[in-house]
Amino acid sequence: MATQHSRAAARIMMAPAVILLLGWMLVPLTMTLYFSFKNYLPLRGGDLGWAGFENYTRFVTSSSFWPSILTTLIIVGGVLFITVVFGVLLALLLDRPMWGQGIVRILVIAPFFVMPTVSALVWKNMFMDPTNGLFAHLWRAFGAQPVEWMSQASLPSIIIIVSWQWLPFATLILLTAIQSLDGEQLEASEMDGAPALKRFWYIILPHLSRAITVVILIQTIFLLAVFAEIFVTTGGAFGTKTLSYLIFQRVLESQNIGLGSAGGVYAIILANIIAIFLMRIVGKNLDN
Amino acid sequence: MGRITLDKVTKRFGDVEVIPPLDLTIEDGEFVVFVGPSGCGKSTLLRLIAGLEDVSGGQIRIDSKDATDLPPAKRGLAMVFQSYALYPHMSVRKNIAFPLKMAKMDQAEIDRRVDNAAKVLNLDSYIDRRPGQLSGGQRQRVAIGRAIVREPSAFLFDEPLSNLDAALRVGMRLEISELHERLKTTMVYVTHDQVEAMTMADKIVVLQAGVIEQVGSPLELYHTPRNKFVAGFIGSPKMNFIEGETAAQHGAHTIGIRPEHLTASATEGLWKGTVSVSEHLGSDTFLHVHDTGLAESMTVRVGGEFPVRHGDTVYLTPEADKIHRFDEKGLRIA
Amino acid sequence: MARTVTTRQKALNTTLAWAIGLLIFFPILWTILTSFKTEGQAISDPPIFLFFDWTLENYAIVQERSDYLRFLTNSVIIAVGSTLLGIVVAVPAAWSMAFVPSKRTKDILMWMLSTKMLPAVGVLYPIYLLFIKLGLLDNRWGLVVVLMLINLPIIVWMLYTYFKEIPGEILEAARMDGATLREEILYILTPMAVPGIASTILLNVILAWNEAFWTLNLTAAKAAPLTAFIASYSSPEGLFYAKLSAASTMAIAPILIMGWFSQKQLVRGLTFGAVK
Repeated sequence: MATQHSRAAARIMMAPAVILLLGWMLVPLTMTLYFSFKNYLPLRGGDLGWAGFENYTRFVTSSSFWPSILTTLIIVGGVLFITVVFGVLLALLLDRPMWGQGIVRILVIAPFFVMPTVSALVWKNMFMDPTNGLFAHLWRAFGAQPVEWMSQASLPSIIIIVSWQWLPFATLILLTAIQSLDGEQLEASEMDGAPALKRFWYIILPHLSRAITVVILIQTIFLLAVFAEIFVTTGGAFGTKTLSYLIFQRVLESQNIGLGSAGGVYAIILANIIAIFLMRIVGKNLDN
Repeated sequence: MGRITLDKVTKRFGDVEVIPPLDLTIEDGEFVVFVGPSGCGKSTLLRLIAGLEDVSGGQIRIDSKDATDLPPAKRGLAMVFQSYALYPHMSVRKNIAFPLKMAKMDQAEIDRRVDNAAKVLNLDSYIDRRPGQLSGGQRQRVAIGRAIVREPSAFLFDEPLSNLDAALRVGMRLEISELHERLKTTMVYVTHDQVEAMTMADKIVVLQAGVIEQVGSPLELYHTPRNKFVAGFIGSPKMNFIEGETAAQHGAHTIGIRPEHLTASATEGLWKGTVSVSEHLGSDTFLHVHDTGLAESMTVRVGGEFPVRHGDTVYLTPEADKIHRFDEKGLRIA
Repeated sequence: MARTVTTRQKALNTTLAWAIGLLIFFPILWTILTSFKTEGQAISDPPIFLFFDWTLENYAIVQERSDYLRFLTNSVIIAVGSTLLGIVVAVPAAWSMAFVPSKRTKDILMWMLSTKMLPAVGVLYPIYLLFIKLGLLDNRWGLVVVLMLINLPIIVWMLYTYFKEIPGEILEAARMDGATLREEILYILTPMAVPGIASTILLNVILAWNEAFWTLNLTAAKAAPLTAFIASYSSPEGLFYAKLSAASTMAIAPILIMGWFSQKQLVRGLTFGAVK
């Protein structure tokens, strides 16, 4: 396949994509790094000189920092837990023989295609609204006091909304993985006398472990960046300010670019740590 | 018309030299088979001839013209791939016509040649189908059809039969041999199967680790293998090798005896052993004999039926003039 | 696992799966139903499921009041434009990586993937600043470029995995048959890769359509797509459920239909080939 001729052609054809992505990565990254060492307040005097590591220390010592980390962890952890556990169960169910499997699949996958702003608003208003929402109707029907979801249970609300969006993703990937399980392996374990629960534990779950890892890593990357769901529901109030949202507020709302950029650098480092694990798995798969 | 000369051809992948300097001449009209265990460089060698890989050094001449730097299409060679490499989105007819279309041949001539190839290869009945609807053997024929319409100066075959089942393989083997008889065009054929090599070749090139171990006609290789490797590789079942004192008696480090050159007897003979497994094929009986004190296991081929079972004692006697002798380096002692 | 499953078992599976499927789908179904109600019926307690006065007036009001078509046009231009631009850049790159792999191919693929993981907030201000400097703020073409760049790694990866499935021998055969590089890509590779290219386009249109960070932060009135149009309902006045539902239905319907067609390819595109 590889002659010098084709190798030269390959290099030329690869150049546009590589150059574009290199620019997209390096230019903003360099600027963020640069700003993070600056006292830069566009609305209050602009560039006020170098700040050293002051932005970095101020960002982590601010009273909002640790709560934002905690919020981020709760949202990411909660959504991961719900989507993985229910994703495995749902995938197992969908893999069984039934009528109308194709239609059920379509029903289950649908939320993934709903725009984040739509799903956040529909849930917030039509389901979680304390006077007119469906949940309020339901609570009242049982004589209970309706919950004020967005203020009293703001984090669970956001976790529910985001889990609803990502459950299809987890289910679909885990279902694909289950379907790739060699039927003979299961039959062999059945011949060996393993009951259903043991078959799940010793054959199916280990087979799924890689798919589960992939689901966790990919979702983590997207969940760390959850934005629209908070933006249109609580706007960061009621303890729903994640690290991403905190940075967003520092940059665009309070226009403290230096501080926001330092936070951005933290977020980039955090994402990269997770990315390394994901890349290992993907990379291993590339080899075979 | 189709004389291919390799002159000190080498191939390196990075730091690994897969083919050290190699000289070989393939005469016009010859059926040459490259044979060797997997990873011996036989496919790489074929791809170098085809132009699908660059040589790292040396020269390839086709009909005494330097073809070393020519792109594949300009070498006048046609290739049949292991996976057949048919274009799945084109009908059989379009597949076969593709090389002619690329050569900007006019449509009437394309049709004539395609029809002709279809007739020769008996693929009229499925000429308008797509490759996906064909059986393995039919696909194989289409791939050959696509090669012959170009009227190349030589055909290159890269393990063309390895994806077929055993029965079909024997049939296609015959068809390719017949095709060669009819076209008299040079064919270079790569296989790991020594039976294919023995049955089809005018000339066999045995390769190991990129090095030519021996070049010769099938029977030359069978009767006078240049070294232990060729001796063990050519012939089925494999040659028996005996080292130690028995070999020393023959003035050699190792002696080799083919299974068909041993006679077995239940009562008397030179070497005594115990039957481990006897395979009864009707036409032949293969005995695997242990405890001879010569080698771990000796294989014997007896014509017809030979009624022994596991555990029976058997006596073996070699045909004295069919013993091959090798020195410590494994080279044949003349 | 060819084995007869008892009808009872199958019925049980079916009931359970349909119940859960409908539960998951319910918010979407409810939104669609509500969009045909009057505002009064939309909030009625107990809720009305089917027996209400079906009306289309919400759709008319939404279009009239907020110029839905303008947002829709922006969404289409941004989603389709960024995807097609991405394909044009990615096809040659994916061809190179799939058929002329070098020692660095894997590293390049990995590096491309890593750019996708750059958190958007980390580079929000620089991009914001660059957009102001270049006059691209609230400009559709600016967003086309940004969304092309954020989805380019996925496009390259998807095409790469599809191209990888095309045996290299077929392209070699074409080369032996006398095809030039251009003819090889045009007559052999592209026709064989059509299904792969189509699903790549489909998935990336969906992703770009739903992208809600850059589209919210880099647009104001002119270039805002449907994500921003819907976000404007987050602080409404008066009764608006039916109108919100109508707007939502219009925003998600096209993508929902496309999504259903592309669901088989989804896994490959979203896991970078790590799950098969």
